[in-house]
Amino acid sequence: MKITVRVNGTSTEREVEPRLLLVQFLREVCGLTGTHVGCETSLCGACTVLVDGQAVKSCTMLAVQADGADVTTIEGLAKNGDLHPVQQGFWECHGLQCGFCTPGMIMAGVQLLDRNARPSREDICRGLDGNLCRCTGYSHIIDAIAHAARSRKP
Amino acid sequence: MKNVVGKPVKRVEDPRLIQGKATYVDDLSLPGMLHAAVVRSPHAHARITAIRTEAAKALPGVKAVLTGADVNPHVTMVSSPDVMPGQKSPKHTVLAQDRVYYVGHAVAVVVATDRTIARDALDLVEVDYDALPAVTEMEKAIEKGSPLTHPELGTNVAYTWDLQGGDAAAGFKAADRVLRVRMRHPRVIPMPIEPRGCVTSWQAGDESLTMWTSTQIPHLIRMLLPKLIGVPEHKLRIVAPEVGGGFGAKLNLYPEELICCHLTRRLGLPVKWIESRRENAATTIHGRDQIGDYEIAVKKDGTLLAIKSRTLADLGSYLQMGTPAIPTLTGLMLPGCYKLRGVDIKVTGVHTHKMATDAYRGAGRPEATFTIERIMDIVAAELELDPIEVRVHNYVKSTEFPFKSVGGVTYDSGDYAGTLKKAMTLAGWEKLHKDRDAARRDGKLCGVGLSTYVEICSFGPSSMMSAGGWEWGSVRVEMSGQATVITGATPHGQGQETSFAQIAADRLGIDMADVTVLRGDTSVAPYGRDTYGSRATAIGGTAILMCADKIIAKAKILAAHLLKSTPKQLEFKGGRFFVRGKTAKALTWKELASEAYNARHLPKGFEPGLEASSFFEPPNCTFPFGTHIAAVEIDRDTGEVQITKYVAVDDCGNRINPLLVEGKIQGGIAHSIGQALTERTVYGEDGQLVTGEFMDYALPRASDIPAYVMGMTVTPSPSNPMGVKGVGEAGTIGAAPAIANAVVDALSTLGVRHLDMPFTPERVWRAIHDTASRPVVGNESKKGVKK
Repeated sequence: MKITVRVNGTSTEREVEPRLLLVQFLREVCGLTGTHVGCETSLCGACTVLVDGQAVKSCTMLAVQADGADVTTIEGLAKNGDLHPVQQGFWECHGLQCGFCTPGMIMAGVQLLDRNARPSREDICRGLDGNLCRCTGYSHIIDAIAHAARSRKP
Repeated sequence: MKNVVGKPVKRVEDPRLIQGKATYVDDLSLPGMLHAAVVRSPHAHARITAIRTEAAKALPGVKAVLTGADVNPHVTMVSSPDVMPGQKSPKHTVLAQDRVYYVGHAVAVVVATDRTIARDALDLVEVDYDALPAVTEMEKAIEKGSPLTHPELGTNVAYTWDLQGGDAAAGFKAADRVLRVRMRHPRVIPMPIEPRGCVTSWQAGDESLTMWTSTQIPHLIRMLLPKLIGVPEHKLRIVAPEVGGGFGAKLNLYPEELICCHLTRRLGLPVKWIESRRENAATTIHGRDQIGDYEIAVKKDGTLLAIKSRTLADLGSYLQMGTPAIPTLTGLMLPGCYKLRGVDIKVTGVHTHKMATDAYRGAGRPEATFTIERIMDIVAAELELDPIEVRVHNYVKSTEFPFKSVGGVTYDSGDYAGTLKKAMTLAGWEKLHKDRDAARRDGKLCGVGLSTYVEICSFGPSSMMSAGGWEWGSVRVEMSGQATVITGATPHGQGQETSFAQIAADRLGIDMADVTVLRGDTSVAPYGRDTYGSRATAIGGTAILMCADKIIAKAKILAAHLLKSTPKQLEFKGGRFFVRGKTAKALTWKELASEAYNARHLPKGFEPGLEASSFFEPPNCTFPFGTHIAAVEIDRDTGEVQITKYVAVDDCGNRINPLLVEGKIQGGIAHSIGQALTERTVYGEDGQLVTGEFMDYALPRASDIPAYVMGMTVTPSPSNPMGVKGVGEAGTIGAAPAIANAVVDALSTLGVRHLDMPFTPERVWRAIHDTASRPVVGNESKKGVKK
C-alpha cells in the first residue's frame, strides 16, 4: 500500500507492506533510529511517538494507520538546536542512565505536559505508567518532568 | 568547568541520548546485512526426533536454515570455570543436539534478507519432539527418581560448597537460644529494556571478525572467543556500542553471539540478531533463586554467636559463565555488619529444567543481606529486644577496620552505627513508630523496617578472580592541550564518560569540556575487564588517575628542560608548569604538548608524545554499606503493600559525582522494590515460563516508587587512592530486607513472624487470612525444648 506520513515536518511517501509497523517505518524507512523497540507488545513504551499530537506506542500501530498523519519522534523535538524543555529536564535532573527508554519517556512526558501544564508528582507518575525504565528507579525522571513544567513559559 | 570531582556535574553522554542520536546495536546497518532468528524449544524437556528445514529454506529471502548438526562442530559454547570442588558441568552446545532441556533452548537458526522474513521462516521449521518429564523445583530435583536435566551426570546436584568460618560449633555450644527459619530468595528476571542483540561482520580479506554486541564485557568476550570460534585474538574486534542496560544479564557470552560469529563467516555477509522480549525473559540469565534453612545461635541479650546455613541454589538447566559461583558470594557475605563466632555454610547447586541463573544486580549479596537482616529482626522479635539495639550490640565497630569477617573476607572500612544513626534521624524513627502505633489503633496494618547492609564489590586482587581483577586505562594529552581518556571499563548507563572526565580534568588541571572519554571497543581500548560488580570507578577510575600522574611526571621533565631548570624545581598547579616561585613564566599543556609531539626541543632520551597507560591492580575489594528504612501500609482487604516512607543512607566512600551516585542508588532500590513487591517468576510444573512478557512479569512502574529521602556518610575506602567504594548494586542489596522487615512488622500484630518475597497482594492477603500459609520460625532453648 502507498502511504504518506509527515515525520518531524518532512513528508515521506512510500509503498509499504500492510503489516509494517509504524516503528519499523520510522526506523527502517525513515532512518530515524531514536525510537526504540523494547517489547513489541506496547507495554514498555520505549517506542512512544506522537501521532497527530497523541502519544502512541509505535510498535503496535501499523504504518498504514498513520497514512496522512503528522508524526513527531524524539529527533523532531529540539528546535533550531534548542532542546525541548522535557529534554532539558532529563539532562538537568539526570533523568536517564542507559538511555534506551529515554526517547519514549520524553515523548510521554511531552504529552503529559501538553495535557497538564502543572502536574503534581502523582499526576506525573500516572502519566508515565505506560513507560518502563529499569535504570533510574523513576525518581529523577519525575524530577525531570517537574523541572520541565517549571521551566515552560506559562 | 574546573575542580569538578565531587560535584553533581551533568552527564556528557546525555545530549546524544535525549535527542535520539545514540547508536544501539539494533540501530546499526551494514551493506548486505542478513538477519537471524532462532527456532526455540516450546518444551522444558524433550528428545528431538526430527528437524525438517525444507519449507523454511524454500521461503523467498531465506538464505540459510541451520541446526545443531550444522553449527555445533564449528562453534563451542562458553563454559563456566569449574570453580567448585567436584563440580559436575553439563556439556552445553550453542544449538541443541538431540535433546532440549529448558523452554527457549535454541534448536535451529534461520537467516534471511529481512527480519520479518526470518521470523516468518521460524514457523516453517518443523521440529518433532518427544516430550520428557521435567522438574522445575529444586527440592524435587534432588529427590531420588527425579527427572534429570543431564542424565549423563546421574544427578541434578552440580556441586556442594562448604564454608566453615570461625568456630560455629563453639557458638552453638554457648547459645542460650537457637532460632530456626527457612527463607526463599525468589527467582527474578533482569529485564533490561534493551534486549540482547549483535551484529557480526567477517572481513574475508584479512580474516578478521568484528562483533557489535549489547554486552557489558567486550574485552572478556574477545579473550574467550578464539577458543570457541577459531578466530585468533588479534583478528577480533568486539564493540559494545550504546548498551541499553545490563544489570548482570549482559555480563555473559551467549549462544546467539557465538552462532552469529559463525554465520557471518559461513555466509560471507554481516549478520544481525536482535532478541525479542519473550526471548529475553526466557533465554537471558535469571537471578537469585535460593532456598535456605538457617539456624541462629544467640545469647539471651541478643549477642549473635553463629549461623548455620543449608541452602539449595537453583542453577537452571545449564551453566552460563558465572552460574555456580554466585551462591558462594551469599556465603561470603552472610555475616553482614556483625561480629560472629562462626558460620557453618553449605550450598548445594541444583539443576532444574529452567533458564540458567547467574549474576543479576547484587549477585548473591542481596540473598546474604536479606538473610542476615531478617535474622536480626527475628532475633529481636523472638527475644523481645529492640531491633536497633540488637544490631548496634553486634556491629563491627568503626575502630575495628580492616576487619576480617568469619566469612573469610577483610572489610576495608566502615561505620555501620554512623549510617544507622543518620538514617534514623532522617526518618524520624521515634515519630515513625508513634505514627505506626496510632494507625494500628485505627485498625490499619502499618509497619516500619530497616536494614543495615555491607556488600562486597570492586573485586580484587586478581588472585581471587578467574580472569584478572585489574582495570586498564590510558590518557593522552593531545597537541591541542585537550585530553583523550580511554578506559577498559565498559559503562552501559553508569555515566563514566562523565565521571572519568571529571577525574582526568581535575588531575590534569584542565577544563572538563576538554576531555573526551572513549570506551567499549577493543580496538580503541585494547585491554579491559569491563563493567560489573560495581567495579568501574574504583578500579577503572584509579587507572585513569595513574595515567594522569605518569603524564604529569613526564611533562615535568620536558617543562624543566624548556625552562632550563630541573624537575625537582618544578611545580604543577592549575594545569600550568613553572619553576617554583616563578609563576609568570609558566608552560601550559598546549605549549608542552606542542613541544612533545613536534619533538624538536626535547631533552636527550625523552620519548616524544604525552601519553600513558596503566593497569590498576586493587589490593582488596571494597565494602560499601548503609542503612535503609522503610515504612509500609498494607490494605487488609486486598493485601496490597504501599511504601509510605523510604529513607536511604549509603556510604560508598568518596563520591566523584554525587548526582550519578544518587541515580544509581535510586535505580538499585527500584530493582529491590520490584523483587520485594511486584516481580514474580513463574514456571509451570511442565516448565513453561508463565511470566515471559511485561504483561505477566511486573516491573515496578513510576507509581510504585515512593519519594525517597536520601542521605550519606563518607568513609573512604583504603583499597584505592580515590577512596571510592562503588555504588552500582548497593541500593538493590540494601532495600529488599528493609521492605521485608517493614512488611513483617506490619503483619506481626496478626502473629506473622516471617514472610517470603515477593509480597504480592495474594501472598500478603493469604498471610493475613490463612494462618496455615505462614512460614514458621523455630525458637528453642539450648536444651532443645520448644518455647
